[in-house]
Amino acid sequence: MHPAASVILFSTLSGLGFGLLAFLGLGHPASTGWVAFVFFAIAYALAVGGLMASTFHLGHPERALKAFSQWRSSWLSREAWAAVAALVVMGFYAIGRVFLGADWAILGWLGATLSLVTVLTTSMIYTQLKTVPRWNSPLTPGLYLSYALAGGALLAGQVDWARILLCVAAAVQLIWWRRGDDALERSGTTLATATGLGSIGTPRAFEPPHTGPNYLTREMVFVVGRAHARLLRLIAVLLAFGAPLILLTLPFSHVLAALAVLSHLAGVLVSRWLFFAEAEHVVGLYYGRR
Amino acid sequence: MTSLPERTQKKLGLVIDLDTCVGCHACVVSCKGWNTENYGAPLSDQDPYGADPTGTFLNRVHSYEVLPKQGPAQLIHFPKSCLHCEDAPCVTVCPTGASYKRVEDGIVLVNETDCIGCGLCAWACPYGAREMDAAEKVMKKCTLCVDRIYNENLPQEDRVPACVRTCPAGARHFGDLGDAESDVSRLVAARGGMDLMPEQGTKPVNKYLPPRPKDGLDRDIDVLAPFLAPVAEDPKGFLGWLDRALGRIDGKRTGDA
Repeated sequence: MHPAASVILFSTLSGLGFGLLAFLGLGHPASTGWVAFVFFAIAYALAVGGLMASTFHLGHPERALKAFSQWRSSWLSREAWAAVAALVVMGFYAIGRVFLGADWAILGWLGATLSLVTVLTTSMIYTQLKTVPRWNSPLTPGLYLSYALAGGALLAGQVDWARILLCVAAAVQLIWWRRGDDALERSGTTLATATGLGSIGTPRAFEPPHTGPNYLTREMVFVVGRAHARLLRLIAVLLAFGAPLILLTLPFSHVLAALAVLSHLAGVLVSRWLFFAEAEHVVGLYYGRR
Repeated sequence: MTSLPERTQKKLGLVIDLDTCVGCHACVVSCKGWNTENYGAPLSDQDPYGADPTGTFLNRVHSYEVLPKQGPAQLIHFPKSCLHCEDAPCVTVCPTGASYKRVEDGIVLVNETDCIGCGLCAWACPYGAREMDAAEKVMKKCTLCVDRIYNENLPQEDRVPACVRTCPAGARHFGDLGDAESDVSRLVAARGGMDLMPEQGTKPVNKYLPPRPKDGLDRDIDVLAPFLAPVAEDPKGFLGWLDRALGRIDGKRTGDA
């Protein structure tokens, strides 16, 4: 799949933002006043910034409001509702924390749940696609949620939680990669089933419909950079998990914490780039590619 | 509403004969011609006369080589457009309700004024039936020429999809696949019509007829033998005279090894 910058930025930034909101909603850290303001400002900048980035992916962003209409059938629509609900509920909770020094715990719990539901709906957009076997797994929501929680703990300064959750996210990531590598083979979809010609013999793509590329090959049959996937996976793991875990063992300072967050952010970006670039869409089979 | 209808009154669709298709791409051209100037946004081209031409098509013809266990390879031309699936994954993923499947005839359409151009429906389609138009930024797909098949301004014979009307080989058939007695349903039953990627669970309405078994060389013969064997053992008339006349010069006769 084509790794569009807008979608990668969206899922990376929003995942971190909603992960941080989840921790803030649970009262970790239990800060008030200006400190709380800074935490909420960072969370909203990430979450809303990500959502804004995602609209650049749209052909007609001016019609984006229509995306709220199909929540009964569409995960993308559910994501829109969950994101708005989480931001509104957490907004009220933030007012209590920042201006009134109040901890409206029930509202916070509700906001934290909605924040994680938003991450879940994002992951379900990809998980639901049988056409992309690498994504079509219950591990994909696990991957998105574990990343959001690990990043959220890191941003919220919850060092003990961050250590555990970073390790969990790293493990889920490794298992997800391992499962994904032969997902297309296990899906049973081949050029033989795609063409129905398997009953005669072994089909091979002889000539594409047109000599040049088209929307389908550009969007769904992206293969650039896959050759470096193993190296990029190593870089992603080192940046997202390795460096932050080492930095967390050092004596606390804001500089080191910021470095840990930036390293994690960079690692998540690499991981999300791979999430798309490595994903094989079955339509590629029609073009003799994967 | 992008929920799929429980059932549709008709299942209009195409039956494509892989045995008959000659790969001329006439259906591709007529599809583009009709659909660029009728229903919805035009099918744009980018850099059409330049070095890197690309454009939107609702129907594309692939070609595949099939190597049987025995015998020579076969070349199969393979037209592919929207299969108007009963369980269309492209419809349910749509966040705006722009994608829908019609209750009355099962045609899957896009309401272009509601399309936000997110591209998720194209991701959900295993067949590559949907293409985002690069100029209009909305999703385009086969409409089964919904503006032809019910069009009373057209003569009766033209009230079929443009691809079917234009196919010079008669490889494309249009009809109601929900009616077991329709011509297309009987054709599917007679020829063993098949679904593409049945494991994806989309329940496509369009069916493909597999190539018929090819005749084979059932004797162990030298393929060059017809050229080596004498055309006539004993030439008569003019050829006989020519044979004798030339034989007087080079000493050879027809039938000599």
